[in-house]
Amino acid sequence: MFPSRFDYVAPDTVEEVLATLAQHGDEAKILAGGQSLIPLMKLRFASPGLLVDVNRVPGLGFVEETGEHLRVGTLTRNTELERSALLKSGYPVMADAAPMISDPLVRNRGTIGGSLAHADPAGDWGSVMLALGAEVVIKSSTDERTIPVSELLVNTFTTSLDPTEMITEIRVPKTPARSGGSYLKMERRVGDFATVATAVHLTLDNGTIKRAGIGLTAVGSKNLQASAAEDALAGAEPTAEAFEEAARLAAEASSPSSDVRGSAEYKKAMVRTFVRRGLDKALELARG
Amino acid sequence: MTTVEETDVHGIGQSVKRKEDDRFIRGKGTYVEDLVLPNMLHMAILRSPIAHAKIVSVNVDEAQAIPGVVAVVTGELLAQHNLAWMPTMSGDTQAVFATDKVRFQGQEVAAVVAEDPYIAHDALGLIDVEYEPLPAVTSPQQALQPDAPLIRDDKEGQTDNRCFQWETGDKDATEKAFQQADKIVELSTFYPRCHPSPLETCGIVADVNPISGKATLHMTSQAPHAIRTVFALVAGLPEHKIQIITHDIGGGFGNKVPVYPGYVAATAASLLIGRPVKWIEDRTENLISTGFARDYHMRGELALTNDGKMLGIRVELLSDNGAFFADAQPTKCKVGLFHIVTGSYDVPAAYLSTQGAYTNKAPGGVAYRCSFRVTEASYLVERLVQNAAYELGMDPAELRRKNFIKPEQFPYKSATGFVYDSGEYERAMDLAMNELGYAELRKEQEAARAEGRLIGIGMASFTEVVGAGPSKDYDILGLKMFDSAELRVHPTGKAILKIGVQTQGQGHETTFAQIVATELGIPTEDVLVQYGDTDNTPYSLGTYASRSTPTAGAATAMVARKLVEKGKKIAAHLLEVSEEDLEFKVDKFSVKGAPDKAVTIQDVAFAAYTNMPEGLEHGLEDNHYYDPPNMTFPFGTYMVVVEVDADTGQWKVLRMLAVDDCGKVINPMIVQGQIHGGLAEGYGIAAMELITFDDDGNCIGSNFMDYLLPTSWETPRFETHMTETPSPHHPIGAKGVGESATVGSPAAYVNAVIDALAHTGVRNIDMPVTSAKVWEAMQGAARSS
Ligand SMILES: Cc1cc2nc3c(=O)[nH]c(=O)nc-3n(C[C@H](O)[C@H](O)[C@H](O)COP(=O)(O)OP(=O)(O)OC[C@H]3O[C@@H](n4cnc5c(N)ncnc54)[C@H](O)[C@@H]3O)c2cc1C
Repeated sequence: MFPSRFDYVAPDTVEEVLATLAQHGDEAKILAGGQSLIPLMKLRFASPGLLVDVNRVPGLGFVEETGEHLRVGTLTRNTELERSALLKSGYPVMADAAPMISDPLVRNRGTIGGSLAHADPAGDWGSVMLALGAEVVIKSSTDERTIPVSELLVNTFTTSLDPTEMITEIRVPKTPARSGGSYLKMERRVGDFATVATAVHLTLDNGTIKRAGIGLTAVGSKNLQASAAEDALAGAEPTAEAFEEAARLAAEASSPSSDVRGSAEYKKAMVRTFVRRGLDKALELARG
Repeated sequence: MTTVEETDVHGIGQSVKRKEDDRFIRGKGTYVEDLVLPNMLHMAILRSPIAHAKIVSVNVDEAQAIPGVVAVVTGELLAQHNLAWMPTMSGDTQAVFATDKVRFQGQEVAAVVAEDPYIAHDALGLIDVEYEPLPAVTSPQQALQPDAPLIRDDKEGQTDNRCFQWETGDKDATEKAFQQADKIVELSTFYPRCHPSPLETCGIVADVNPISGKATLHMTSQAPHAIRTVFALVAGLPEHKIQIITHDIGGGFGNKVPVYPGYVAATAASLLIGRPVKWIEDRTENLISTGFARDYHMRGELALTNDGKMLGIRVELLSDNGAFFADAQPTKCKVGLFHIVTGSYDVPAAYLSTQGAYTNKAPGGVAYRCSFRVTEASYLVERLVQNAAYELGMDPAELRRKNFIKPEQFPYKSATGFVYDSGEYERAMDLAMNELGYAELRKEQEAARAEGRLIGIGMASFTEVVGAGPSKDYDILGLKMFDSAELRVHPTGKAILKIGVQTQGQGHETTFAQIVATELGIPTEDVLVQYGDTDNTPYSLGTYASRSTPTAGAATAMVARKLVEKGKKIAAHLLEVSEEDLEFKVDKFSVKGAPDKAVTIQDVAFAAYTNMPEGLEHGLEDNHYYDPPNMTFPFGTYMVVVEVDADTGQWKVLRMLAVDDCGKVINPMIVQGQIHGGLAEGYGIAAMELITFDDDGNCIGSNFMDYLLPTSWETPRFETHMTETPSPHHPIGAKGVGESATVGSPAAYVNAVIDALAHTGVRNIDMPVTSAKVWEAMQGAARSS
């Protein structure tokens, strides 16, 4: 476990980070929590020439509601998200997911922005953000843009980020009253990545479903959005039959592969079970 | 004179706190990686990325050119020194560094020795090996096909992938038993490849002194003396110039019994370069190349009468040995002690036929916390018995009770030739059933089933065979399996005990001192236990197969008794009475009938150096080489209650209750710790641990994200109980306890899951019992009903 040679800088401001990235292009890598990047380097699967450590940049870690959004700073640690009272009361799918990410050691360091930028199809935050319809704010030395998470995640370990860009924050639409959510994760052991996990967010309006968001973890080449299931639920009554049908559609949308965790058939069946259970749980919360 | 009670010396039977924990808790243990010697170099090993390939060329020029690289060691270089191949523990040969072919992914091909480990790893990437890939053989079934690619073309006369063939028991008698049976119950099951995974990986600091020629090898070994002899034989080094020092070992579990290529290469490098060389494996190297365990395909059959009397057992085994036959086992036993497969039962006839196959996988077959394949055997018979109960419509506990060897049958000669020393199987099972509330739980299970909830109760009533020798029956590479102890009492009555067995966390520093305390009356805290340095301890075959207490523990008691005998002579002189008039109790020699006329062992020790009677040799010390007359047979009953999620196949343990009987208990706290550890490992094996391979021979399970070990989160809460049935032939009646729980518990966990589904016809799920496999079994049962 001995990485290749690399250089290291730890800028104090976002501007310096962005200038460094602009200068070094794909030779440079941002170091956030390091919980994905460092293991890759130790295995020599990644050998960046320059690490740009953003941990000394102030103001990148926060959780707050402003205007239309819940804003989460890119460097917010999983542990902070796990402990956030705001998430517990208003964003149960996030509150559910945070403590399920690995173990306390990983959560103390790992960041939400790092997780999204890493784009692991088995990562948990991507599905949660898809279910919530979240966006990311992206900066470079010359530009700033805001895109939905669905446009950030391109493929396995691949995002639409340019090497000169940095995610600075995540914006989640504020959840209206009568919303509920859940994150259900099957892991073989604590600290394991998901065999299957499902993120569900539900908003009710006068007894019918106003909006449903469903994200799927570890059952495709990236975190998947179960759009057909979401569409089927929008405007429907939250009945057992509607949930069962949505679960079926979500399973259909998944394309897991067979491995030691289980066959593709099994994983699809688990997507179905978990989406159904997840919707039940979300509904219960939404009804208060 | 104050009276010292038996308990005051903190001897056998007391939960004395572990002496070693002081340093471990403070982070002051010393592991090989902690050693830094002046001028030390670092070695890193290049491993084959391919499972089976011809080596066309190895070019080291670029690697050699990096500043800081001192040497690149290849198979060719080792061959020049006659070190390219080494013997395995099963009498096969294994490549140190491959010269002709690579035969498994992760096999050692070359090494870089450099000024620091970063440079060594940089240089590894620059060694250019050209491989010509060959088709990989990834299962023993495939290996034994007539057209399978030949893996061991290096072995003269080897024309196929057959590794060994072996049988034991009485074939005809067993045949007859099966003809007379009302019921024959069959189970085919696979005990998958798992890995001992000690937290400290393997490593060495080899320090060959260029002037004296003495090789001081600081290494992770469970059997330092035997390894010293092997090194002397393999490398042709004079044995008195090899010193093996083991320091603290961060877990072994059988993984640190063999000699690995890295040890040989580092030693050779130090010898050639004249500087100390450190080699420390990383986790992946440990998992993909060092001794794995199990990997047995088993088919068992049990012949019974309708009312549940067992008549015979028949087993067919196919073992996957990997590229080299490197099982750790006594010479005569090709499948270890698997023939303990009759278990706790009075089975009149048994027959076992076995085959081993070479495959393109890492070699090993070490006894992972197990006495040479006892784990596989115990698993098979305990699974078979439960399935037999279903077929007979009997309660699994009652079927066991009906067939247990009864206390009055001991010593009991089994159909495969073991002579069981002692046991009270029914007592252990009854205790387990009562503590669990078995009858009540069976009713709850019924009721739950009616509500669609799946509860299962599984049990295992295992019997182990541990503590090899006797030397007439057991040896490893010709080295007889006795063991030894040296005891010296200093003038002020403090003592040093030297043993050759090697603790890896078992607590020898404490338990062995407790044996001395009880036998000789010197308090445990006054006895220093020394081990782990072959220059300063007596010869030993090492610690594995639960043999330390049965062998070296016995030697310790015997040498202490020798000192009591000598002490008596000195006491007689001091008290001016004749020896026959004296008796020894706790720590005192006193005149029979006049207990006040007495001297303590401390008085006697002082006299041994200051006031010795004429004609007696000075000093108070001796040694003892103990050759056990028989093995010991620990046993117990484990019970597990699980609930299975009918939708997902996930299962969780609701109760785990263990009753163990390891004979005389020396330190109840340490024994309980051993049981807890083993039950956790047993759970890991049953639920999640797996090393497997894809069709190309790529290892899956090569790091701790893929090779899953249970954490405290998953590990069930354990309820532990003991019974105590002493071994009649061991000096203190002890049997060994280090492995009972890994041996006995996997069957209990799996039986519990099967029991939850048995009503639907499910009879087998291979380990690890993942939720996916449980779900598939439920789907299968649903389809066929
Ligand atoms: C043992 C273990 C178990 C784990 N289990 C899980 C799990 O169950 N579920 C899960 O979701 N995750 C899991 N993880 C991953 C963990 O959550 C990581 O922390 C996370 O995926 C990456 O976040 P990080 O802050 O550590 O990023 P880093 O490792 O620092 O970086 C990851 C990648 O993102 C880039 N990056 C980081 N920040 C930014 C930014 N602001 N803008 C642009 N690029 C950026 C880096 O350059 C790098 O390429 C596990 C990790 C470990 C070690």
